[in-house]
Amino acid sequence: MSAQDQIKQTVTDNDVVLFMKGTKMAPQCGFSQRVAGVLNYMGVEFLDVNVLADDDVRQGVKEFSDWPTIPQLYVKGEFVGGCDIITEMTMSGELDKLFEDNGVTYNKDAAEKIRAANA
Amino acid sequence: MAMQAHEIENLLREAFPQASITVTDMAGDGNHFAAEVQDESFRGMNRVQQQRAVYAALKGKMDGADGELHALALTTKAPD
Repeated sequence: MSAQDQIKQTVTDNDVVLFMKGTKMAPQCGFSQRVAGVLNYMGVEFLDVNVLADDDVRQGVKEFSDWPTIPQLYVKGEFVGGCDIITEMTMSGELDKLFEDNGVTYNKDAAEKIRAANA
Repeated sequence: MAMQAHEIENLLREAFPQASITVTDMAGDGNHFAAEVQDESFRGMNRVQQQRAVYAALKGKMDGADGELHALALTTKAPD
């Protein structure tokens, strides 16, 4: 199975997928750490794919989404964005809405706390 | 091979001649920058489309094989 098919399968079979450097418990890059941190804090169930463990996936996911950087967040198979976009969406509440629209459970109070802390 | 702020600005200026562009060196190591691009062409685009256009302007400098540019914090919008 090619990297592209593997990635397609992964984002189709899992509601929320974060392609990142490292793992959700041990991120290896500040940007990956921030996105994984937000998802962890908001109690979102997600699959973390460590691109450092597989260079085909690391290059393949950039091709798959036509996006040159890691991390990359996918919800219901759709590419949502990288660290900057997820940060902006968290602060604006768009991430809450995206999860609600896609039936992804998350902790609303936690999201409010993040916004309050960073306002 | 690290990059300079003005190199990034030139690449962005080529793609967005009328845009207001600010590039800030975040760490002084030629590898960590922040860039804000405000351009009329972004109006009506969502964030992913806007940022894809900016990454395209950087022609593979971003985390590429020789990874000149490791980190670029991006803010994009259409002028208010």
